[in-house]
Amino acid sequence: MVNITGLQLKNPTMLAAGIMGTTGASLIRMAREGAGAVVTKSIGPQPKEGHSNPSMVKLDCGYLNAMGLPNPSYEAFLPELEKAKDKAGVPVIASIFGGNMEEFRMVAEGLTPGKPDAFELNVSCPHAMGYGASVGTDPEMVKAVTSAVCEVADIPVWVKLTPNVTDIVAIGKAAQAGGADAVVAINTVRGMSIDIHSGYPVLGNRFGGLSGEAVRPVAVKCVYDLYANLDIPIIGVGGISTWQHAVEMIMAGASAVQIGSMVYEGLNVFSDISEGIHRFLEERGHKKTKDITGIAHERF
Amino acid sequence: MLPLNANIVRTVDETPSTRTFFFDRSFEDALTGQFVMVWIRGVDEIPMTLSYKNAITVQRVGDATSRLFEIQEGGSVGLRGPFGRGFTLPKRGESVLLIAGGVGAAPLAPLAEKASSVCSQVTTILGARNVDELLFLERFLQCGPVHITTDDGSAHRCGFVTDVLDELDVSGYDRIYTCGPEMMMKNVFGILEREGALQRTEFSLHRYFKCGIGVCGACCMDDTGLRVCKDGPVFNGTELVGSEFGKYARDPSGQKKLF
Ligand SMILES: Cc1cc2nc3c(=O)[nH]c(=O)nc-3n(C[C@H](O)[C@H](O)[C@H](O)COP(=O)(O)OP(=O)(O)OC[C@H]3O[C@@H](n4cnc5c(N)ncnc54)[C@H](O)[C@@H]3O)c2cc1C
Ligand SMILES: Cc1cc2nc3c(=O)[nH]c(=O)nc-3n(C[C@H](O)[C@H](O)[C@H](O)COP(=O)(O)O)c2cc1C
Ligand code: FES
Repeated sequence: MVNITGLQLKNPTMLAAGIMGTTGASLIRMAREGAGAVVTKSIGPQPKEGHSNPSMVKLDCGYLNAMGLPNPSYEAFLPELEKAKDKAGVPVIASIFGGNMEEFRMVAEGLTPGKPDAFELNVSCPHAMGYGASVGTDPEMVKAVTSAVCEVADIPVWVKLTPNVTDIVAIGKAAQAGGADAVVAINTVRGMSIDIHSGYPVLGNRFGGLSGEAVRPVAVKCVYDLYANLDIPIIGVGGISTWQHAVEMIMAGASAVQIGSMVYEGLNVFSDISEGIHRFLEERGHKKTKDITGIAHERF
Repeated sequence: MLPLNANIVRTVDETPSTRTFFFDRSFEDALTGQFVMVWIRGVDEIPMTLSYKNAITVQRVGDATSRLFEIQEGGSVGLRGPFGRGFTLPKRGESVLLIAGGVGAAPLAPLAEKASSVCSQVTTILGARNVDELLFLERFLQCGPVHITTDDGSAHRCGFVTDVLDELDVSGYDRIYTCGPEMMMKNVFGILEREGALQRTEFSLHRYFKCGIGVCGACCMDDTGLRVCKDGPVFNGTELVGSEFGKYARDPSGQKKLF
């Protein structure tokens, strides 16, 4: 068992936001595949269709996406959340976004009847105008939004950080000051790809966010720095596709990990990775994930 | 994979609303029933079944397909794929029934051709709005008997593919395959369920695709969470029992839209 901000997870792997998270049924499916917790698609105040396609492409070094926060609105999502809560059998975290404090609060209050186990505030989507990272790059805004949600929520509030800033620690501290119970790092790294045959940017939105293999070292460094400077737990995400990657993230300072793009390779990633972590801990004589969290900091 | 450039070497107007685009690129390893994501640069990227190893057959319905129709021979698109699960191919000597409605003939025509080389019989029920919209009639006729229905009675029987299906003895077919508008397939499903033939039947489904590669979850079906882009688009009839199929689908934002 892994305890994160009071949530009991049967293993430290979670489904990352925006992956297989638009419906109750898909969240339940991912829980059955072995995820210790599932995070929903980021849900906002109004229905949003997202950017035009191509919205996600696989690169040699990872994935680029610009979904554009498509979501049915918190009102239409509520029954999906209720369904997930009813049948997933693992904690369900509602990822939410808004353009300002009022919108964040409205979405949080709107989803509260669905009894999510925690909120994850998406202040970090790199390619949705007026949302996500346009909030998440400003420490004052992050603090304000976090405390606005904390005021209305009686469940843990996690804040998901963008790496597209000069100093992620300053943003992490702002979330902590606003009352966040944990931070999640990282969202995708701004990126772009161009079709050399035609000169067109490949993504419908022209640019988007990089995930997968290529961002793992970036994520490890962000988690490492956050661990050194914050008092709240850190959930590590970015480029994890094997248990070794997950262990690396935990040693950098993560209390648990999230897995996103790797779902491309197969839905068995959660069970494979959590079993791998378990075996590793056992072989080394550790009892809990916590025993190795942040040990990289003790080595110098 | 990034979209590969494909030049359009030839176009064929199949019916007033459908056109086949032949590419200078052939997907030799593609399974029948798999799809490609077709990038109309600067506009959109949309899923299309391979109607030949090197071609797609497109019905003009909206923005992206209209813009695709403006691209002439010599022009190009980007292609990613082939993706998804294709049809289970029939075994030697089996007899198969294909039920195609409208542009749903696109994945079934190559299946008919593949099947006709091994099967004892390939029967097709081909339906369309009117006689001009019958797609790939010649290709199906090359493979076996074809029952034709048109909504307006302009060719053969006036009515729907299900009228013919109702009269056939489906116990005579080892495998049944269908693709067409969801309401048509729903009615086909109803008949085959009643006949106890769902397990022998495969349905090629359509949902709104974003990523097309099984990650985003936009195309998931209730209540199984099966992804149409990755676990499908072809599903065995038994996988659809009790599902959202024939009832509703989600739009690009994820809101449910009843059929
Ligand atoms: C696996 C699969 C195979 C298909 N094969 C063929 C084929 O061989 N020939 C053919 O003519 N059509 C095929 N379609 C349907 C085709 O993708 C849509 O007709 C096309 O996307 C319409 O785009 P539009 O912009 O012209 O129309 P719009 O006006 O945007 O939409 C018209 C309809 O097309 C659907 N559509 C639009 N964008 C997408 C998308 N990204 N993914 C899925 N559906 C979409 C909409 O939901 C709507 O119902 C297939 C669909 C799927 C899912
Ligand atoms: C298709 C796709 C959609 C995503 N949507 C969201 C989202 O809605 N909210 C969010 O906070 N992060 C979103 N992300 C970011 C992921 O949750 C994760 O932070 C990032 O992809 C890095 O992890 P990975 O390398 O394991 O994918 C999305 C990522 C992808 C690939
Ligand atoms: S379209 Fe993204 S999972 Fe199918």
